[in-house]
Amino acid sequence: MTWLDLLIAVACVAGVLGFISVVALVAIWTERKISAHIHDRLGPMETGGFHGWAQTIADMVKLLQKEDIIPDAADKPLFKLAPYIVLSATIASFVVLPFGAHLIGTDLNIGIYYLVAISSLEVAGILMAGWASNNKWALFGGMRSASQMISFEIPIGLSLLIPIMIVGSLSMQDLVGAQAGGFWNWGVFSHLPFAMIAFIVYFWASLAEVNRTPFDLPEGESELVAGFHVEYSGMRFAMFFLAEFANMFLVAGVAVALFLGGWHAPFSFLEISAESNVILHNLVGFFWFASKGMVLLFIQQWLRWTLPRLRVDQLMHVCWKIFLPFSFVNVLIVSLWIVLTQS
Amino acid sequence: MSFAPVLVFFLGGIGLVAAALIAAWVIAPSNPGKLKNSTYECGEEPVGSPWVRFNTRFYVVALIFLVFDVEVLFLYPWAINLRQLGMYAWVDMAVFILILAVGLAYVWGKGDLEWIRPKHASAGSVGGKDGIN
Amino acid sequence: MEVALFILIALVTVVSALLVIIRKNAVSSVLFLVLTFFCLAMLYVMLGAQFIAAMQVIVYAGAIMVLFIFVVMLLNLGTDQKWEITGPVRKWMGFGSAAGILLIAVLAFRGMQSPTTEMDTSIGTVSSIGETMFQSYVLPFEVASVLLLAAIIGVVAMISRKPVDATTVEGGNES
Repeated sequence: MTWLDLLIAVACVAGVLGFISVVALVAIWTERKISAHIHDRLGPMETGGFHGWAQTIADMVKLLQKEDIIPDAADKPLFKLAPYIVLSATIASFVVLPFGAHLIGTDLNIGIYYLVAISSLEVAGILMAGWASNNKWALFGGMRSASQMISFEIPIGLSLLIPIMIVGSLSMQDLVGAQAGGFWNWGVFSHLPFAMIAFIVYFWASLAEVNRTPFDLPEGESELVAGFHVEYSGMRFAMFFLAEFANMFLVAGVAVALFLGGWHAPFSFLEISAESNVILHNLVGFFWFASKGMVLLFIQQWLRWTLPRLRVDQLMHVCWKIFLPFSFVNVLIVSLWIVLTQS
Repeated sequence: MSFAPVLVFFLGGIGLVAAALIAAWVIAPSNPGKLKNSTYECGEEPVGSPWVRFNTRFYVVALIFLVFDVEVLFLYPWAINLRQLGMYAWVDMAVFILILAVGLAYVWGKGDLEWIRPKHASAGSVGGKDGIN
Repeated sequence: MEVALFILIALVTVVSALLVIIRKNAVSSVLFLVLTFFCLAMLYVMLGAQFIAAMQVIVYAGAIMVLFIFVVMLLNLGTDQKWEITGPVRKWMGFGSAAGILLIAVLAFRGMQSPTTEMDTSIGTVSSIGETMFQSYVLPFEVASVLLLAAIIGVVAMISRKPVDATTVEGGNES
């Protein structure tokens, strides 16, 4: 590892941090606007002029000025440590997300494995926050969050296996590269309808993974107030919020990379080949990746304001009795298909 | 291919939190008070400790998860070598999954995948506050 | 650079492993255990054993950690546990078991030599592990599934036992 590599890595992390901040700012605003329009309201209209576009920026400035309250009863070292773990784990996941042909932190050859591993660290951070707060809502939220996240990790792991089997690699760029040449080559449409089933299972399970409606029991505003971060205020709270929105984009990004063609355009004439202009090739790739991710982000928000919250028994039912058997059968069928067509 | 950027990304995340908290520490006021620093419980005095004994159901979920997690992890090395390994490995894996499917069917049949188990519902609740959670 | 990184990670590993046993609070012990496992995973990565590293984080730092925390919540251990054996006996017992472990470690590692040849980093990749597992070690792999099945049945057997005394039930509900 040379100094140049280090410099490139630092540039990558700066880029990812910038991207996450912009995505969070936009997504929080769209969440407000989407919820408002679904409720037949207008949402923020004043701040910044055009449809309250600066509302989130104003909120960030407000949060920066908020007092940082740590309850006396909390376990202070762990309470302070938790946001670091949650956010740094989230940001570390972005290292394998392929934003473009060359726009990737590092193309690990255990890419997906690494993502699964890092998401289990986040569970640790959330449990830590919930436990250290010494608050009933926080602890219940943290425990629910942990049990829900680990439960849905299994359907997620199994449905991610489908594109991995089809391509035969764990590296993100290999997985994206296999989907070049138009939308009919995308992961969702290969081995129809089995990869499609895997995509649907992944998308629903990822909603549970990021604690979004209809699986938002860990946060459950109406019963647990806010879940594991109820005692956090000011900037510490903002860090959890940022991690949540970054995670929403992360799970959407993984879905895009594995199932929806990654940074490839829906039609190959909408791309610029790497031979003619490498920089433009990457920028166009980034555009497609980010826009597909934002579409999935929009669907996540749309679902949030449309569906009611599941009960915990329904949640476990969905995970263990529907997703899990379906995914196992799916894996066996697709692998048999691959083995038979191979020989 | 290198793992060094992973470390840099971790440090970047830690740096972001540290920078944000330092900025807040400089800008934000700090007037701690006894009431302000008390534990939040919807405006009431906190009753008892939150560190209560949790339901065994959480424990059950974690245990079953552990078993299936290990299984899923075994699937990955198989999946990426599927083409080279061919039919023989597929049968291996099918047997592996079937054996564990028996396990899943057993847990399912015993009713331990139910969050509220009908048979033990009365044993698990105190004073009628049956745990939906 | 690599040596400095190794020393740093090794130091964090040892310190957090110490904190696991020094901290009186069970939950923070578990969380330091996670840190220890995570550092171990980093050491595996430095050795080129990527599969083991990912396994380490997913199974130990993820699943086992959650399990441990749930067990701590289930048992509701207080911050200060009363020991049945106190006084010098306890110290000697601790000293004795530590010395025993040291003896085993010394005996185990006595004949080992540090590798002199260049390390083959392709051994630890997921792909090579998969090939080995499904060509040379098929039977142990299938036996592992039986082991996992036994674990599932064990879980069911353990939880289907009814609570013995009334205190187990109290607070048994989350809400």
